[in-house]
Amino acid sequence: MQFLKPILAIVVAYLLIKLGVPFLGSLMHPGTWPVVPSAVMKMYMAFIILGTLLSYTYSEEGYNALIGPIVDVYSNPAKAAIKFGLVFVIGAFGAFVAYQYVKPTFDPPVELRSVHPAPPSSAELWGKSFQIQSLKNPLRDDKANFAKNVEEGGAIFFKNCFYCHGDKLDGKGHFAAGFNPLPANFTDVGTIAQLTESFVFWRVGTGGPGLPGEGTPWISAMPVWHTLLSEEELWKVIMFIYDYTGYAPRVTTEVK
Amino acid sequence: MRIESMLFKQKKFFTRLRPAVCGTAVFLAFMLALPAMTVKTTGVAGALWGEMSVQAASAAEAPAAAPAAAPAAAPAKKDEKAAAKAEKGPEEYKPITPPKLELKDYPKIKGFNSRITVWFIAQLHLFFGAFVLGVPIFVWVIEAVGYKTKDERYDNMAHEFMKVAMTGFSLAASFGGLLSIALVVFYPHFMQYMASVFGKVMIYYALFFFVESFFVYTYYYGWDKMSSGKDKLIHLGLGIGLNGAGLMLMALSNSWAAFMMAPSGLDESGAFAGDVWAAMHSHLWNPLNIHRFIANIAYGGSLTASYAAFKFLTANTPEEKAHYDWMGYTSFFVSMFGMLPLPFAGYWLMKEVYDYSQQMGITLMGGAFAWLFILQAVLIGAIFLSANYYLWCSLGRSNGSARYTFMIKPMAVIIVTAFLMWLTPHTLVMTSQEITKIGGAHHPLLGKFGVMAAKNTAVNTLIIMTFCSFQIFKRSNIRATGKGFWAQYGTTVQIGLYVAALTNIFFLGIWSYYIPASTRIGLSVPQVTTTLMVAVLSSVFDVFIFKSNEELGPPKWGSMPVRSQYALFTLTVAFTWLMGLMGYVRSAIRQHWHIYTVFRDNSADAFTPTLPYAAAIVTGIVCIFIALVLFMFWMPILASKGNGAEEH
Repeated sequence: MQFLKPILAIVVAYLLIKLGVPFLGSLMHPGTWPVVPSAVMKMYMAFIILGTLLSYTYSEEGYNALIGPIVDVYSNPAKAAIKFGLVFVIGAFGAFVAYQYVKPTFDPPVELRSVHPAPPSSAELWGKSFQIQSLKNPLRDDKANFAKNVEEGGAIFFKNCFYCHGDKLDGKGHFAAGFNPLPANFTDVGTIAQLTESFVFWRVGTGGPGLPGEGTPWISAMPVWHTLLSEEELWKVIMFIYDYTGYAPRVTTEVK
Repeated sequence: MRIESMLFKQKKFFTRLRPAVCGTAVFLAFMLALPAMTVKTTGVAGALWGEMSVQAASAAEAPAAAPAAAPAAAPAKKDEKAAAKAEKGPEEYKPITPPKLELKDYPKIKGFNSRITVWFIAQLHLFFGAFVLGVPIFVWVIEAVGYKTKDERYDNMAHEFMKVAMTGFSLAASFGGLLSIALVVFYPHFMQYMASVFGKVMIYYALFFFVESFFVYTYYYGWDKMSSGKDKLIHLGLGIGLNGAGLMLMALSNSWAAFMMAPSGLDESGAFAGDVWAAMHSHLWNPLNIHRFIANIAYGGSLTASYAAFKFLTANTPEEKAHYDWMGYTSFFVSMFGMLPLPFAGYWLMKEVYDYSQQMGITLMGGAFAWLFILQAVLIGAIFLSANYYLWCSLGRSNGSARYTFMIKPMAVIIVTAFLMWLTPHTLVMTSQEITKIGGAHHPLLGKFGVMAAKNTAVNTLIIMTFCSFQIFKRSNIRATGKGFWAQYGTTVQIGLYVAALTNIFFLGIWSYYIPASTRIGLSVPQVTTTLMVAVLSSVFDVFIFKSNEELGPPKWGSMPVRSQYALFTLTVAFTWLMGLMGYVRSAIRQHWHIYTVFRDNSADAFTPTLPYAAAIVTGIVCIFIALVLFMFWMPILASKGNGAEEH
């Protein structure tokens, strides 16, 4: 029964991921059941099966314990019934998987969405050209008015942005449910926390229509904010979202 | 009879030399002809050196209309030295503005797609180039160990490694020559501009080929002649010359690739200012040099490991099996020696890319190319899994391995878990039903694994566990017999070191979620330092622990199971695929630019291909390369068949 051990290990790993991850996720986001997407699950299971097989077959004893029963079933005429049963089960499983792939579905196709759109070298806003790589937030140097600027940025946020991005800046505003993809969650470490202020300036200022052609599909309902806000207001709201979430904007090393 | 025999040997010597010499000659001819050809096209005869062809290119190129869709170019790296030189006046240099090409400027050769042709040839050249630059480095080290220990087995093994590499030299040179032809044929204006900037460097590059050829042939064919005494020292000196020339060749050609990604030595208008050193010394030159240097060693080791595995599987006698088992293990060790620091060199390169251009950095790591990095993670995971499997199988060679086998399953769990964390993408591919269940596109738990904080933690854990597998194997056949502190408690101290290191790495990883991104990236340094400390300190502790030891029996070289050799093949295939994919990423990140933000690509192929298309092309190249590697492995076998009677 040695050969059942790796199978058991694989089943336990599967259940841990299938049920354990959504359970932990539901504690972090109450009211949801964050399943592991099937695309990720397939990658996980492929490597779990591989890792399990490797850890059971490095020695001759382990290898024989795993392979022995299979060889026995396929070479022993007395076990022909089991052999044909296994062939049938494997074939049926293959047919089931194939059917799952080809059966008609009304679901929209999955999209391969990139994380962040790449900014252009420069962008035109308010009739001016901004070099994104070297652009700095001019209000950052005004240390004396930092609190005032952040407060004014907050007022701008709650007049304009919070309907989508939410009062906690977690992307769960009133209108959020109507969008796919959902509005950005600024509290997540993967959004503004790893971006420079110049990137956020370009992204907010030019909105959905400003997204680059490469790496499509970009579907974004973000308005072109530079047509609605002034340059100073845009910098202030950026200061507010960083201050509110507690993240510092990313800075890059100066290239000499 | 003696004279006949000598003549026969001479004839054989030159017969062996012929393909290599031909390949080198073709390559050299084109490298030397290239600047001259570009000058000829501009009507200036006889000029070979950079500055002269610079002027020629400038005079010949009438500026074409700027493409309508061209995005505003960022000013290329401003070089004050170059600008100062520019102010001195037109007598000393003439700024070279990159030409603005149109579709008609790109020659069309029926039956050939220019991009795919150059892609195939360049990548094959790079595969063989990496191999032949990597192998002589560790061959020299092994030869030096043999000289120092007076153990002939090391010397024989080093010689055999070089034997395998010799066909590789010919193939690398042949593909290099072919690449030069293809670039001139399909991208004449681009090559004209590159020659106008790097003409002098190209000449030096070609001359270094003579230097390398001198060293490679004297090093290889003089091996038996210079096998002892002072002659051996001269031979080792030749090895240093070979590696020095190889490094120079790599660094010079890297300067062209780095310039294309991050151009330097240009003035405000993007024109070359005349200082070749400034153009060479691009922001990405040294990160690229370091990354490729380490990768060459890892790759060279993996290919010779495959050669040893191939010979192991076809060996007829236990002695042969034992020899090739040992050779495979040594190659594997070399490969892992290069592999372990490689992710860190890669991080440094990516950090410098990001610092140079936010646009480029984001497109690579978070944008259109991000999914290729997921493939990269999968392949690196395959390398780590096969490496650990090989080490676990290696325990079968030792008599005292039963003391450690209980650790393997827990280690496998840690390795697989770290690997799953390493490959989890930041943005998940989801169906609409899954998005509904999750409550959005962002997964609250798996999303945390998508950022560098998790990736750094995972890769350091993978490396520490792989080193642990190696350390278990190293001590599996010996037992400490001393009575001192280290013999008694040394292993406990080592366990404490591993636990403390993993705790520190996880603490830093979790902490980095709560600090600014720029600081977070900096935390990878103490994480890496922790990993390196484990490797160094634990190895030093081993020396103290086993100062006095007894062997538990002779190591059973040749007893490795057949499946372990396939782990070595997996290593090579995964490395090759990885290099192909990442080579594509590095080159394609310039997108529609020949030279990023300076020289626009207006050919019909100036679009970024889809990911499956790119992956399919890379896979095709890998298949051709593997077929050529089999040819390369066959060559020494063919040679030894001819020498059969003589060698016996």
